Parts: sequence; C-alpha cells; structure tokens
Amino acid sequence: MSWTREQMVRRAAAEVLPGQIVNLGIGMPTEVANYINTQLSVTLQSENGLLGMGPYPSEDEVDARLINAGKETVTALPGASLFDSAQSFAMIRGGHVDLAILGGLEVACNGDLANWTVPGRLITGMGGAMDLAAGARRLVVLQNHTSKDGKSKLSTKLTLPATALACVNRVITDLGIFDVGGDCFVCVGRADGVGREAILRATAAPVLFTTATSGG
Amino acid sequence: MSDERAPGDKVYADVAGALTGLLHDGMTIMSGGFGLCGNAEACIEAVAGSGVKNLTIISNNCGNQGQGLAVLLKNRQVARVVCSFVGGNPDLAEQYLAGKVKVELCPQGTLAERIRAGGAGIAGFYTPTGVGTVVAEGKEVREIDGRPYLLERPLRADLAIVRAAVSDRFGNLRFYRTARNFNPLMATAATVTVVETDRLVPNGVIDPDDVHLPGLYVKRIVEVTEHRDVIEHRTTRARGGAPKQSELTRTRKGRA
Repeated sequence: MSWTREQMVRRAAAEVLPGQIVNLGIGMPTEVANYINTQLSVTLQSENGLLGMGPYPSEDEVDARLINAGKETVTALPGASLFDSAQSFAMIRGGHVDLAILGGLEVACNGDLANWTVPGRLITGMGGAMDLAAGARRLVVLQNHTSKDGKSKLSTKLTLPATALACVNRVITDLGIFDVGGDCFVCVGRADGVGREAILRATAAPVLFTTATSGG
Repeated sequence: MSDERAPGDKVYADVAGALTGLLHDGMTIMSGGFGLCGNAEACIEAVAGSGVKNLTIISNNCGNQGQGLAVLLKNRQVARVVCSFVGGNPDLAEQYLAGKVKVELCPQGTLAERIRAGGAGIAGFYTPTGVGTVVAEGKEVREIDGRPYLLERPLRADLAIVRAAVSDRFGNLRFYRTARNFNPLMATAATVTVVETDRLVPNGVIDPDDVHLPGLYVKRIVEVTEHRDVIEHRTTRARGGAPKQSELTRTRKGRA
C-alpha cells in the first residue's frame, strides 16, 4: 500500500533536524508544521517577512496583519522577528535557511525542479518558489509519485517549465523516499508494502535501491 | 495648493490632498502589500476614483479576490503589471489571458531586490534565482566563481503608495507585523512616496532606534485611522490551553 497524505507529511517532518531554520511551501508542505517535534527548537520562516512563525491563532488571537505566505492567519512565537521582503529573501537566497520543503509537479533525477506552472493551465506565478529552490541549503520536495492521469512526476529530464536547476536533494512521494543521484534516483525508503517493481513501473527514470530498500 | 504649505510640511489632511498633482495617465505606481495585507487602502481607492488610465502597477499581487488593486483592473485602468503571483486574482488572470493587460512575472525575492536596488542607486545585480527558467530569457547570464547568475535590473516608479502603522511628521515610519513586506522597499524607489499611516505622531515620539524607515524617503503623509484589513484565509486552532500545533483546525471564511 502507498502512503496516505498524512503519512507523507509525517515522513517529511522527519527531515527536519534540531535547531534548523525551515521554510514550508504552500499546500501539503504547510501541514508538515503539525508534526515537527516541538522539542527540536525548529524555527519556521515565512517569506512574507516572519521568522519564528507559530501555529494558527485561536479565534480571539486572529490578526489580519499577521499572515503566512499562503495568506493564512498565523501567530508569532516568543523570539520571533518581522522584516521586509528584501531581508526575507536575503535570508533565503543567502543560504541562511537550512531546509525548504516544497510541493512539486515534476522532479528530474539531476535535481531539476518544476513546481510553478503547467503550460495551457491558468498561470498563477512563481511567487517565492524560484528563490527558495535556488537558495535553500537543502530542498525536499513533497509530491505524489504520479499525476492523476498516471504520468510519472519523477523523470530523467523535465518536461514542465523549470523552477530551478540542480536544486532538489530528496523527493518524498506516496511510494517512498528518493534522493537525486544525477542520472538516476536512489530509493532510500519505501512505503509499507510497495515493492521495487511497483516503484520502477511508476518512475520515468532509472531507480537504484540501497541495501535497506532492495529487499521484497 | 502645495504653494501654501510651510517648507518641510509633509502632512496632508486627507488622501485626495496627499495625491493632488501626482496622478496622470501612463504613470508607474508601486503599491505595498502582500496580497491584501499591508495595502494603502485609501490611496488605492483614490487612484481608482481618479480615473487615471494606462497604469503600470508594481506590486507583489496586484490585489486579490476582486479587492485592493484588483479594483483598478476591474476599472480597466491598468496596462501592465510587474508582480510575482497572480493566483487568487481572477481579474488579472482574465485580462492577462484576453491580452488586455501585460504581466511581467518576477520571482518574489528578485522583485524585492529590484525595488531595493532601485532605491539604493544600484544599476543591476547578479542573482542565482531564475537561472535556467523562463525568467532568464533575454537576460545576461554570467558565471561567477563557478556558478551561473542572472543580471536583474532595478525598478523605480513615479509614485509609491505605502501603508505604515505609525509615522511622525518627518515621515519616520514603523510597520506592523507582516504588513511590512514590500512597503519600506517601495518607499525608497519612487519619485514621490505617499504614506498612508494608521497613526500620526509628533516628531520624537518614535525613538530614533525604533525607526523602521527613515523619513527622508517620504514626501507626503496622510493619517487614515480606519482600514478594512481583509483576511484572505482565516485559519484558526481550537481554543484553550497552550498552543499545540497538532490542534490546528482550518476554517476558510473570507472576511470582507
């Protein structure tokens, strides 16, 4: 069986290391915050100008002028700071954000990422995705392994417009965990009950399995 | 009208006064805000009411959900938009697809830095963002220390409309929470910067150490005490006890 959305999000939360500065993208990556161990002293950065983002507010804490990059109301934790957009992206571009977890549309095994537009569909804009992909010290992409029509979202070469080149370190999908390996993906974890054959069938790129993932 | 003002007096009684003589067809306007957060709402309304056309708008989103700068789009006052994100903005998407409005999409960090450069006298900068993407089309790519960078050029405007939380009479500004975003950057990068402040205080009330943006960038100030401050996505968690992230709940109610 493949991982559920919640299992994927929980697995992504395990990527977060103690003391890290982390930026979570819009959508599924935002939910990762719910599963980060509060003992880890992790600091969340939101690119609209907040470092030290807390959980959603209670009804009486709601403040229209304290939002995250998804334009949702949030809170600021003790120790938080607020700043302008140039400062925020200096943090991101300058390599001061340890980890970004972003959604994806397609990842190539050389680390190229596409996650901002699909030709022919209504254009939304890249927002901060290109800066985050180019600037975060480590980039983990959280996406389904295949599209709704069954097309692999892991490939040897991008078919969709790029967000940034050679930027992805790891992809977490409903089938497993894959590191980019240059000319192949390296499977470092498989969802329970998902065999190697199923992964190879669903992936439009070569996949290597480590000793930990080669069995079954 | 401005002839009657005392030298150095930047404070105007109302928004119409603060914008007098500044608006004309074909001009470029920078408008602070991230979505509908931190918008100079009264200034935007006044630009809409003035009927000026053929505008170039530089703003992260150009309004959202039919509100803010989206009103200028509805009024067909906008010819071109420089922004990073048009999602949630059906007016912009529709007019862009119909060829009525030109859109220059710019990565958010690059947009912020181009505005900063425009205000800081920087003629251009090399950034890794956008290399190998459509953003690089037509731009110089230069390898520096083994990594490719893109040459990005600064942005300036005829007018910046900026929302502040507190301003003194010199225009020293403080911003509130994430309503800061692009506001202090844009204030530096326009021929004339008009500040719409929630609260106007005498000089000296803001400690010099606490100034977010020094007042020399500000030409005109108007106090506007009432704002709508629209919430785009009202997300809350269950009440009571210490905030636990696992208690997050989501309610998506727009507040007008």
